[in-house]
Amino acid sequence: MNFDLSDEHRLLRDSVREFAEGEVAPIAEEIDHNKRFPTEIIEKMGKLGWMGIPFPEEVGGGGGDSLAYALAVEELTRIDSSVAITLCAHTSLGTQPIYLFGSDEQKAEWLPKLCSGELLGAFGLTEPEAGSDAGNTQTRADLDGGNWNINGAKQFITNAGTDISGLVSITAVTGTDERGRKEISNLLVPNGTPGYEQGKQYGKIGWHASDTRPLTFTDCKVPEENLLGPRGDGFKQFLKILDIGRIGVAAMGVGLAQGALDLAIAYANERVAFGQKIGKFQAIQAKIANISSELEGARLLTYKAALEKDAGLDFSLTAAQAKLKTGRLAVWAAEEAVQIHGGYGWIDEYAISRLYRDAKILTIGEGTDEVQQMVIARKLGC
Amino acid sequence: MKICVLVKEVPDAAVDKRIDPATGRLDRSGEANLNPYDTHAIEAAMQIREDEGNGIEVGEIVAVTMGPSGAERALHKAVSLGADRSIHLSDDALAGSDVAATGYALAKVLETENPDLVLLGQQSDDGECYTIGAVVADHLKMPSVTQVVKMVVTAGNAKCERQAEYGYDTVQVDFPAVISVGDAINEPRYPSLKAIMGAKKKQLDVKSAGDVGIDAGRVGTDGSKVSCGDFKAPPAKASGQIIEDEDTNDTVAQIVAWLEERKLIA
Repeated sequence: MNFDLSDEHRLLRDSVREFAEGEVAPIAEEIDHNKRFPTEIIEKMGKLGWMGIPFPEEVGGGGGDSLAYALAVEELTRIDSSVAITLCAHTSLGTQPIYLFGSDEQKAEWLPKLCSGELLGAFGLTEPEAGSDAGNTQTRADLDGGNWNINGAKQFITNAGTDISGLVSITAVTGTDERGRKEISNLLVPNGTPGYEQGKQYGKIGWHASDTRPLTFTDCKVPEENLLGPRGDGFKQFLKILDIGRIGVAAMGVGLAQGALDLAIAYANERVAFGQKIGKFQAIQAKIANISSELEGARLLTYKAALEKDAGLDFSLTAAQAKLKTGRLAVWAAEEAVQIHGGYGWIDEYAISRLYRDAKILTIGEGTDEVQQMVIARKLGC
Repeated sequence: MKICVLVKEVPDAAVDKRIDPATGRLDRSGEANLNPYDTHAIEAAMQIREDEGNGIEVGEIVAVTMGPSGAERALHKAVSLGADRSIHLSDDALAGSDVAATGYALAKVLETENPDLVLLGQQSDDGECYTIGAVVADHLKMPSVTQVVKMVVTAGNAKCERQAEYGYDTVQVDFPAVISVGDAINEPRYPSLKAIMGAKKKQLDVKSAGDVGIDAGRVGTDGSKVSCGDFKAPPAKASGQIIEDEDTNDTVAQIVAWLEERKLIA
């Protein structure tokens, strides 16, 4: 076993760290407070090749791997979750389906613009009554005269309504299979297609600067060739996409916990109470030591999932374990870090309050903890 | 025009620096990184190349370092930031070299490259000597300008603003020259993923002391005139005088009196 990062991984990690500290940290509080989508940051990351890290250079990607991607997501989340989820959802969920299942024409049309960050990609799976339970998908697409006619609604969709949003891949019922079950397919719907509307931004506990909206499709017509992969493959496709997506979200958990730990240590070494820095008190040291130990374990698990994927192995068990472990870790680490900050942790000006709000979604998004547990238990033979 | 940029791997800024009592040298066991000041030197070279108005064709930017095997990481970063190739001077005989010996050794590498301009960060994050540029320039018999925060380059010379205690000196220097830059000179770029992935494909030449004609008697611990040891922690600062602000006018008067007493304000 070798725990050393390669030179390339180290360089990317350090560069993203410098970028996050130099470019994102100074505006993190402002974009959170104003709920402003930081287009300028996405543009800069696009120019650096970071909006398409794990895709090959031939299709316009960065030529990196899953570990490189996880490291970048981790470093961004350490500073700001809104920026991180924008990159993460764009890469794992928005671009990934086209890379994995798209036709040569679809790839040529979309991947260069998505990987360069010129356009953002979104993934529309969740509906009012369907998410991980995709069998209950209500959105319909009927083939009519060479077009898919789409009707339905999606919700909690990231990246669909920004000025640079390019398209959404959605799951829709396209018929029934031979056993009478819903036939689910994925379709590409470009922004600007008549009948495709992005609703108002949700008010959220956290991730204030990321774009999250409900989507509606009303007699929205896209050409027949906007079908992604074979008809009826939608279920299989999105399971694969969510498997990969879990690595990115797990990296967010690691990054958020690291950010919370860094802030906690800095504060503990600064704040004086009863004549000494609070970091000298055992009660505070125990919290810091515990976060750090849990974090290092979770980080290794997350990197293992990425390395398994890069080695072409079955990574879905490890990715689900990593997602489960890191989401809980992030919530707990942020809470402990707020506790160390005392009253200041409750105040907006202190970054830890933002990390505390941003953490909770990590046990929910991209499959709740309970869904991860189901995935893990099934993989273990239950 | 050929530009050589001197770079160094130093302990990462986040690492607490300490002297290893056994060797009397800096403990370099933690995370390391390219000296931040050197990233400004590379950026300065890149800006000379990319400025279409200066009439200069920069043929090559070569990053040069001296250090143990791990120092190659600093070179990878240097080429990801834009250098075309790199040279790693690495030899056990060089270990323990002081500033004068290091400057001599680097100058011997530079002699083989024959650059028009040598750029470097004005100081390293570890040794903080500020002097390598001047030593190198002396050996190369080139003019040296240090602590440069602004530089306008034309075909034959550079007009530099040099930071000084009282403001800035404006110095014009003809090429070839050695110029050390401060961190106010530019904002270094971040390396793109493509540049990072391509860094290892760029030529890296590892040279020994003998390869560049270094006199072994002038380098290393034995060849250095500075000997390190008997380190002591700096004396603890006396605690300051704390004035409780009960009446602000009175507080101000006390502060002014304190400053006047030490002739800090006229």
